[in-house]
Amino acid sequence: MPETIYLDNSATSPVAEDVVAAMLPHFREGYANPSSLHALGRAARRTVDEARAAIADRLGAAPDEIVFTAGATEADNLALVGAAHAFPEKRHLIVSPIEHHAVLHSADWLEKRGFAVTRLEVDETGRVDPAAVAEAIREETLLVSVMAGNNEIGTLEPIDEIGAICRARDVLFHTDAVQAYGKIPLSLEMVDLLSVSAHKLHGPKGVGFLYVRNGVRLAPILHGGGHEHGRRSGTENVPGIVGLAAATRLAFDELDAVSSRMRRFRERLIDEVLRIPGTRLNGHRTASLPHIANFSFQGIEGESLIMKLDEHGIAASTGSACSSPNLEPSHVLVAIGVPLSMAHGSLRVSTGRQTTDSEIDTFLEVLPGVVEELRAISPFKVGD
Amino acid sequence: MYTERVIEHFREPHNMGKLADYSAIGKVGNIVCGDVMWLYIKVEPDDEGREIIRDISWETFGCTAAIATSSMVSDLAKGKTLDEAIAITNQDVAGELGGLPPVKMHCSALAADALNEAIFAYLNEHGRDIPESLAKRHERIEKEVAQLEKRYQAFLEREPDAVGAAGPTEDSCS
Repeated sequence: MPETIYLDNSATSPVAEDVVAAMLPHFREGYANPSSLHALGRAARRTVDEARAAIADRLGAAPDEIVFTAGATEADNLALVGAAHAFPEKRHLIVSPIEHHAVLHSADWLEKRGFAVTRLEVDETGRVDPAAVAEAIREETLLVSVMAGNNEIGTLEPIDEIGAICRARDVLFHTDAVQAYGKIPLSLEMVDLLSVSAHKLHGPKGVGFLYVRNGVRLAPILHGGGHEHGRRSGTENVPGIVGLAAATRLAFDELDAVSSRMRRFRERLIDEVLRIPGTRLNGHRTASLPHIANFSFQGIEGESLIMKLDEHGIAASTGSACSSPNLEPSHVLVAIGVPLSMAHGSLRVSTGRQTTDSEIDTFLEVLPGVVEELRAISPFKVGD
Repeated sequence: MYTERVIEHFREPHNMGKLADYSAIGKVGNIVCGDVMWLYIKVEPDDEGREIIRDISWETFGCTAAIATSSMVSDLAKGKTLDEAIAITNQDVAGELGGLPPVKMHCSALAADALNEAIFAYLNEHGRDIPESLAKRHERIEKEVAQLEKRYQAFLEREPDAVGAAGPTEDSCS
């Protein structure tokens, strides 16, 4: 079987060789606990400090504003739940309806415990209107959470404007930057809390961080040895943190080159896929992350499409929730008003730094035939 | 997650498409759940005068399991007498495929329901007696459609054309 054409980089991405190389010594020689007093322990502490400084430097933060976590799900939980517990008198949260479930379900969890939650609307491209945020803020509003770029459809949110509104109204602003970090320039100026994961960025799984602006109080959600200045207990994942820093360096130092290549792939994908009758682009044509393109195909179902592409050695994914116990279509596609007859037939193509022109060529050669094949057995014909 | 048999039937499904000359059609599923199955049957008497499913085909909008179960139910019912076909259950369909993931079991129910509805439609249109088991299943299927449409009223009002003919089992789309 030929090598897989991997177009599912938003789900997770292959760990870059440089990242693996940077991590390996910290399994073998640098295995000590950074809290240990001996020389090995002190070396491990320096390693963590250096990684933290490198990340802070690329992001434009201070090192002690970076709180390492076991990934972005934890970072999102820490942001919402940690803030809720630190400011118990503020009982209102505002979220977009297209947030990752790590944010939405944290908000749901708080709602069940007496918090009020406002779920904003988005337009047909998935954009939040900053004016709607301003309108939703109340006296007791604690925090607004709007992602930087959406993981299913790629749409960029106006986080600078939303953050400025929050700042002026003395409300915390959290943004889930999992897909945006290392793909687009990010300004922390109006951001209080920002979540990042390493594995979307050619780093390892199980590590990420929450940026916490100096002066922002959070109650920890993990209790123990008081690591990360008491904000996140648990022995530091040293190899993971080194991998996250290496992935960050790689991404930020080559951001312009890699992102413009991804943008070019995205343009080609959109131009050519939309030539297939009965297709639509989900998301925003231009205000988008460079690496994500989401399409719907009338009359066919997403999982079948993924399985057919898989037969051709192409790995992609669908926004359709067919494999989850909840068989309703993706909450993101529903929120942007994709017709149900098309929401089940969605395909997310997400490129990575390793993606090549010839892989895009092959994908575009294979796709029309696969769509035709599935439409031939569907009761819904294009043009119905 | 899928057995080899499921993948085989998905890759090369049997009896797919629309019969040019069908006796009856069974339409089940709902676009809200992401599965819609239309099953066509051609009923003819055999040498002994018993009515058999001479030919069968289907059109399905759905996941891997929905396509594989469509293919399997058509294999199981082809050439069978109506009584034999009525006796085909969703367990038969899933079993012949070597099992389905729990979350996909509703697909096998959908396939068996589609067969049920096609036979029901055939007998009904020809003014025949309808066996009690068939009538009961038909009632259940209709009831489920009503429940589903009620639950997804907001969606369906937005897209009145998206309503399928019938719904899958109650627990399959919750």
